[in-house]
Amino acid sequence: MAKNKKTIRLISRTALLLILAAIIVYAITSKDKVKVLAEGDTAPDFELVDLEGNKHQLSDYKGQGVFLNFWGTWCPPCKKEMPHMEDLYKDFEAKGVHILTVNVGEPKVKIELFRDDMDLSFPMLWDKNKTVMDLYNIKPLPTTFLINSEGKITKVIKQGMTEQQIYEYLESIQPK
Amino acid sequence: MSKIKCQCGHENPYGTELCEKCGRPLSEKAKKSDIVDMRYEGSSRRSQTYKSSIIDKIWNFFSSVKIGVSIIAAVLIASAIGTIFPQKFYVPATTPEGYLEYYERLYGTVGKLYYELGFYDMYNSWWFKVLVGMLATSIIIASIDRVVPLYKSLKKQRTRRHPSFMKRQRIFGEGDVRNTKESLAKAEEKLQAMRYNVKRENGAILAEKNRFSRWGPYVNHVGLIIFISGVLLRGIPGFYVDEAMWLREGETRNIVGAPGYVLENKKFTLENYTKEEAAEVFGEALEKNGMIAKSYTTDVTLYKQDEGALPGSESLKKVKDYAINVNKPLKFDGYNVFQMDYKLDELKNMTFHLVNKSSEESLGEFTVNLSDPAKVYDLGNGSTVNMLGFYPDYDGIKDGEPYSKSPVPNNPAFIFQMNTPDKPEGEKSFVAIRQTLEVEENDYAIKFAAAETRNISGLTIRKDKTLYILLLGGLVFMIGVIQGMYWQHRRVWIQEDTEGHLLIAAHTNKNWFSLRKELDTLRETADLPAYIDRQDPELDKPEQEGDEEIWT
Repeated sequence: MAKNKKTIRLISRTALLLILAAIIVYAITSKDKVKVLAEGDTAPDFELVDLEGNKHQLSDYKGQGVFLNFWGTWCPPCKKEMPHMEDLYKDFEAKGVHILTVNVGEPKVKIELFRDDMDLSFPMLWDKNKTVMDLYNIKPLPTTFLINSEGKITKVIKQGMTEQQIYEYLESIQPK
Repeated sequence: MSKIKCQCGHENPYGTELCEKCGRPLSEKAKKSDIVDMRYEGSSRRSQTYKSSIIDKIWNFFSSVKIGVSIIAAVLIASAIGTIFPQKFYVPATTPEGYLEYYERLYGTVGKLYYELGFYDMYNSWWFKVLVGMLATSIIIASIDRVVPLYKSLKKQRTRRHPSFMKRQRIFGEGDVRNTKESLAKAEEKLQAMRYNVKRENGAILAEKNRFSRWGPYVNHVGLIIFISGVLLRGIPGFYVDEAMWLREGETRNIVGAPGYVLENKKFTLENYTKEEAAEVFGEALEKNGMIAKSYTTDVTLYKQDEGALPGSESLKKVKDYAINVNKPLKFDGYNVFQMDYKLDELKNMTFHLVNKSSEESLGEFTVNLSDPAKVYDLGNGSTVNMLGFYPDYDGIKDGEPYSKSPVPNNPAFIFQMNTPDKPEGEKSFVAIRQTLEVEENDYAIKFAAAETRNISGLTIRKDKTLYILLLGGLVFMIGVIQGMYWQHRRVWIQEDTEGHLLIAAHTNKNWFSLRKELDTLRETADLPAYIDRQDPELDKPEQEGDEEIWT
């Protein structure tokens, strides 16, 4: 009887202490009130039109890799990496990796002028209301998400990239 | 751990000071003491008894009031330090170097130290969170450890106590009365009239009132725990949103923190008091300051994305039009959008003339909407102007090209191609504010004519699902305080001992003065022996009549 009581006491005390410890650990680790996308998360689906008016839905690219690049015309590193992306775009399109760029709410003409000036041919999606920008919680530009064929984010790059890096990233999400 | 068997036959848990049933002192300390320690009824506080496993040791650590008070002190001191200099949130910097520079520049070495010790982000630091968590743990464990034994011993208490318990009470009296039975009967009646809960068992009375007051501190602690859980819930996505955004007139934007909702700013209005209006109230102040704002209003339209539509899709449904005013937020789906700030007069449209340089004759005008410029402006008389470049925030030439440092039209610049009947192949011109550059000498020029401006609203988006939890926590906390403060748990024991003497003893958890007054009233009705407050013997003597010689 006494032994039994002692066991119950030990178990209940341990349980309560563990619960409290878990809560404290949770409070420390949950830093952001908004869920920030991290590597391993499923990339949230969205639907945007490009400059030609074609609809692009992220989930349409399931089974293939997506190189999702957020950018603005005023951002120098964005401008710098665009020609590299252009160079690799066609090759990787054939290998099942798509380059999608999302402009964060600039005037359409401004984007068109930029594209014509730089001679870019990959799809440029226009996030007019900044919905997808908020959805992906974009802070610095450029930010690039690598999304694999299962729709999972494999890497988030929050800076400009060299051609070599872009090549390696594109290769990393190539479907097998 | 063995149980302690009292002479009355009751088995008490290990560590008990006073028998739960009859009140006999059990420990050496209680036996020696003159007045027994009645805290927690002399029951065994569990924490002090079992010290076997690690879990028990941790438990005992948090059960200690000393530790609890130290944790409270640590939380208070840390919170206070966090208010000395502005927290990270209020500092206009983004990089660690930026923060360090800010604190060092404004507050010198102390500021540098403040940054390096992590005090600049105090309330988000892991150790502050650990402290608050330890506080919560201490509150919970210390309460459990005390309320359970207290409840048990109050429930088990017997009407007849052992004389040694009576004699060790702070208020105690002993003596002979003429008619014991009559005295007890009268005392019972009077005690009931004084709203006591009276139990009687052959020759012994236990009168008790306001036992619930003893639970006050524990109710109070439950309130605190509810409050802390409410604060904790704020960290879970969806419970608490506090965001800010700028919205230009004419702009339609996703609402930050409220996925699925889009807001359009139709117009921002800043209204000032006119002299006539405000003559009475603001008359003098108006003359001093020139202007006093009357209202800040943003006229908005709220849109919601269709059910099941993907983020970014154009399928929006209008929800409502609303005029957001200070303290009159736009409300939807648990969100409040407040008017917080404004910026006036950002460039919106610019109107230009296409002129012949030599004749100064205008070929017509065109207006560029800076948030949605066109590619071609047709002037209607065979002349067109093509937009070749648009730099909203022009900041000089970089790498041989005009450079815009932001997407905000603070300093717009353009490259125009002017196609006129004279020069169908076109002439190029770079046009910025108060600056025109030409590659070759042109016959035509673009001349600035007029500009229109627009305002920007600063809005705050708030959602707080924890508010009612916090309110409940505060309410329960207050109930606990009131319960423990405004009522006192009082007990009066009257009993006849084996030799036929009448014993009287009384206890209260606070406000002994009132208890003595009640006893005095009781003694007016019932013939009872005189008592003495043993912590303050002098106080009572003159007021009492009767058998006093036993004390002299």
